[in-house]
Amino acid sequence: MDQTQYELNKGLAQMLKGGVIMDVTTPEQAKIAEAAGACAVMALERIPADIRAAGGVSRMSDPKMIKSIQEAVSIPVMAKCRIGHFVEAQILEAIEIDYIDESEVLSPADDIYHIDKTQFKVPFVCGARDLGEALRRINEGASMIRTKGEPGTGDVVQAVRHMRKMNSEIRKITAMSKDELYEEAKQLQVPFHLIQFVHENGKLPVVNFAAGGVATPADAALMMQLGAEGVFVGSGIFKSGDPAKRAAAIVQAVTNYKNAKLIAKLSEDLGEAMVGINPSEIKIIMEERGK
Amino acid sequence: MRIGVLAVQGAFIEHEQQLASIANRFDEQIECIEIRQKTDLEDLDGIILPGGESTVQGKLLKNLELIDTLQAMILRGIPTLATCAGLILLAKTLENDSTKHLATLPVTVQRNAYGRQLGSFSVSSNVGEIESFPLIFIRAPYITEVSADTRILTVVDQHIVGVEYKNQIGLAFHPEMTNDTRIHEYFLQKVKDLANM
Repeated sequence: MDQTQYELNKGLAQMLKGGVIMDVTTPEQAKIAEAAGACAVMALERIPADIRAAGGVSRMSDPKMIKSIQEAVSIPVMAKCRIGHFVEAQILEAIEIDYIDESEVLSPADDIYHIDKTQFKVPFVCGARDLGEALRRINEGASMIRTKGEPGTGDVVQAVRHMRKMNSEIRKITAMSKDELYEEAKQLQVPFHLIQFVHENGKLPVVNFAAGGVATPADAALMMQLGAEGVFVGSGIFKSGDPAKRAAAIVQAVTNYKNAKLIAKLSEDLGEAMVGINPSEIKIIMEERGK
Repeated sequence: MRIGVLAVQGAFIEHEQQLASIANRFDEQIECIEIRQKTDLEDLDGIILPGGESTVQGKLLKNLELIDTLQAMILRGIPTLATCAGLILLAKTLENDSTKHLATLPVTVQRNAYGRQLGSFSVSSNVGEIESFPLIFIRAPYITEVSADTRILTVVDQHIVGVEYKNQIGLAFHPEMTNDTRIHEYFLQKVKDLANM
């Protein structure tokens, strides 16, 4: 991927800012998401909550199913491939997906290496729990970052932890003197020029979204107030009582994330939220996949 | 000068940064107001509609009850700069789509005219009197029809990608994503000229 393409790919993520990206499994759900104000949809066969329930190996979705969603909506369509599975990524590029999520939600195909994303023209988003993970993914060619959170739980605690950790590390680097940056690059196992960028700009060089466990308008606004530039909602919408209403409410809460009065109104009568599970109750910890 | 930047979704901060970077070239102070609710529309001298997803922005304009006031302001002549999704919001008609948003600019726009992200590109071209401006197209639209009194600013590969109609500038590309500030300066000059009339 040349520099221009990388800029265009980072640019698409910039266009998604302030928006909500929703997991969908059928063209019907994709249409509901688009009508509710999703800025993009993530096409996948099973949402994370069901992946957890089903167990076994979880892979890239059927391209036919992804194509049916591409045909159903006019907004960008993303899809997931397994960590390190560059052939799944090649397939997604071949069907002209708008963004690939190299995702810990699926079973990793490689327990050491991530995909060399610089070899692709299509953009990638990757999960990160801290600044080191984020900058390593960016160095591999990711043009967008999201927190990992703990997908499919409806529990926002890990997303909060990851966002707070990343931002506190960024603040720390901003306050460092220039000669301390070399050691910091070594500690975080990332290239010096990326640390230097963070030091000078006080932010990641790409857009940073929140993901994993967002289930309510308040969760979404919480992540925005903590510094997320937008929000992924996975299981939270289509595992709830009234998906269309909840989706629209989350979209508005992300736009007006500081307006408590409005979020109070948006939170009324949303029906049942996804039940959710606590971290202590789950067997598979997805956030630990891919470091 | 008070410039309102629609901040319901998309790349609005990039426009604010662009304005901040040229503020010292104008002798009056430039204040950016992020438009999220009706009260943000008071006392503005100019409006910027940024890139993003037009379906989302259009829906939020309605849900947050901004659309009627904004439309009236544009029709009354407030200088407006719209990029990418913003152009779609302004367009009177959309190709193969009955959706209407602000519908104040007498042109027809084709959404996602260059296809998916793999069709995104950048190129250099003249924009009106501004020579060789870097044009960045991201899942961009283009304009298929213009009214006789609309001025065409930019054509790329035989497609119209920039127009000016009275107070409205509609661009299919993203000047806010470049280091080139000439289009924003042109827009601010327009705002200033109107204020001094």
